Amino acid sequence: MGSVTQQIIQQFVNGISLGSIYALIALGYTMVYGIIKLINFAHGDVMMVGAYVGWFATTVLHLSFLPALLLAMVACAVLGMLIERIAYKPLRNATRIAALITAIGVSLFLEYGGMLVVTADIRTYPPVFPDTMYSIGGITFKYGDIVMIVTSVVLMLLLNFIVQYTKAGKAMRAVSFDKDAALLMGINVNNTISITFAIGSALAAAAGVLTGVYFNTIDPLMGIIPGLKAFVAAVLGGIGIIPGAMVGGLVLGMTEAFVSGLGWSTWRDAVAFLILILVLIIKPSGLFGKNMREKV
Amino acid sequence: MGNLINRRNIVALLGIVLIYALVQGLIVTEIMPPFFKLTIILITIYIILSTSLNLITGITGQFSVGHAGFMAIGAYLSAIFTAKLHYPLVLGLIVGAVVAAIAGFLVGLPTLRLRGDYLAIATLGLGEIVRIIFLNTEYVGGASGFTLASKITWSWAYWLMVISVLVIKNFTNSTHGRACIAIRDNEIAAEAMGVNTTKYKVLAFTIGAFFGGLAGGIYANYMYIIQPMTFNFITSFNILVMVVLGGMGSLTGSILGAIVMQVINAALAGFPEWRMVITALLLVVMMIFRPTGLMGTKEFSLNFLRKKGESNAA
Repeated sequence: MGSVTQQIIQQFVNGISLGSIYALIALGYTMVYGIIKLINFAHGDVMMVGAYVGWFATTVLHLSFLPALLLAMVACAVLGMLIERIAYKPLRNATRIAALITAIGVSLFLEYGGMLVVTADIRTYPPVFPDTMYSIGGITFKYGDIVMIVTSVVLMLLLNFIVQYTKAGKAMRAVSFDKDAALLMGINVNNTISITFAIGSALAAAAGVLTGVYFNTIDPLMGIIPGLKAFVAAVLGGIGIIPGAMVGGLVLGMTEAFVSGLGWSTWRDAVAFLILILVLIIKPSGLFGKNMREKV
Repeated sequence: MGNLINRRNIVALLGIVLIYALVQGLIVTEIMPPFFKLTIILITIYIILSTSLNLITGITGQFSVGHAGFMAIGAYLSAIFTAKLHYPLVLGLIVGAVVAAIAGFLVGLPTLRLRGDYLAIATLGLGEIVRIIFLNTEYVGGASGFTLASKITWSWAYWLMVISVLVIKNFTNSTHGRACIAIRDNEIAAEAMGVNTTKYKVLAFTIGAFFGGLAGGIYANYMYIIQPMTFNFITSFNILVMVVLGGMGSLTGSILGAIVMQVINAALAGFPEWRMVITALLLVVMMIFRPTGLMGTKEFSLNFLRKKGESNAA
């Protein structure tokens, strides 16, 4: 009996690691969508930039993991705010399609602009962690697995604290609930949106550094697929809902781990998109979402 | 009826024939270098793609980012029919387009209930699923694709494009097309006025998919090789950029968008990164300063300009 159960638990561990990356990216998607109703297509590419900043910090500046992570998060927070100010803010009252197309444009710009700056070569992350494996009852944890899970949990708790208990978090919730009413209550909507982008992008950067550390290689187009998958995770949990993004990310990560574990890894991406379409058709508001009445 | 023969249509027909003859002459006399020929045939393919996507996105207002998926279905099906089963080219193209249309119908029926961003992301996902299915099919060579003879000539590509654009134009100007425009402008109001919104959305989607498939068939039978990578969502974005650049809802705009983008692509062929960066900047700047695109919803029309010249649109 042992080996099958072991296999399942092993894939469970892999799934949680992968899922926590998706969850971190999905949080940014969901926060931005919650506040300005925009699918920020460039979000996956912000994660890529984070991965490169992390690479630069560890390889060139020889920083250790934590300072590199912080540096990447700060850099991407600034990048996120810049993107919002330059590209999205002028379009706040434009049609949704215009905003979405702009987001696609920003995404392409980061991908190929990034390619111009750092070239298309695949880069290898230095070994930040020891290659230690922990084996508990036949299930192996890499050191990286543990760091990944711990980092994600800490960041998510931090995010939860910010959103629930700080003034900025309260403002974020107010703006996402009703922007005009929030404005009338004296909330600085522009700053609040900037803060949302900053926090979301910082989380994406963390995901980028973790991806780099975990999978070792990074390239300028690395953000596309995780970005799309994280979006799937956000939709799965109910877009705009923070706990939904976390759960969605973990569910998606685990699904992928099991699909790969069954030997169908080439179908992995198709399964993710299939989940997306099924969720959209059956319950578009997601697992945690409430149904909204359509207003005429 | 009976008013088909008027000054405007004659001028348009003359323009269409003139452009055909001019390019054909340059090709036959071998004045046109092969790279130009490739570019000009790609322009015709992308004109079919952008006008058919415009029917879905610009005219009916349903935001689709999965057009490359229909292109892939058309490309693979037609290539299988011509290269593997040795049927004539016409049959291959028709089968490709029809299967793409069926796929569009089947996919459109459930997904078109979604709106805006959700529809966009669902179609993106569907396009990717199509690509992954071909990627995992050994019969069509998996990731490396398969090679086939290049049977498409300038005449094929050009006249198929003319037919496609004419059909889409006439559809747009018909009762059905008006219903689609009503859905774009205000879906709830259109429904209240008795427009069967689901029917017209699915109809537009199916027709768009049909021509997307046709363009894919032309592409496959011209390019010697087809690979799943060609039909990823970057291609869908590219088609979307052409539609947006030209102006959503303007067919002549889509034609213009396809030409402009392909010319930029050809000019920057040696610098693929720059090409994408410029595309991206163009998109962002366009959305900020002129979100309606070059033409808005207006059409370039011979009603106002009686001169012929660059009237490659009917």
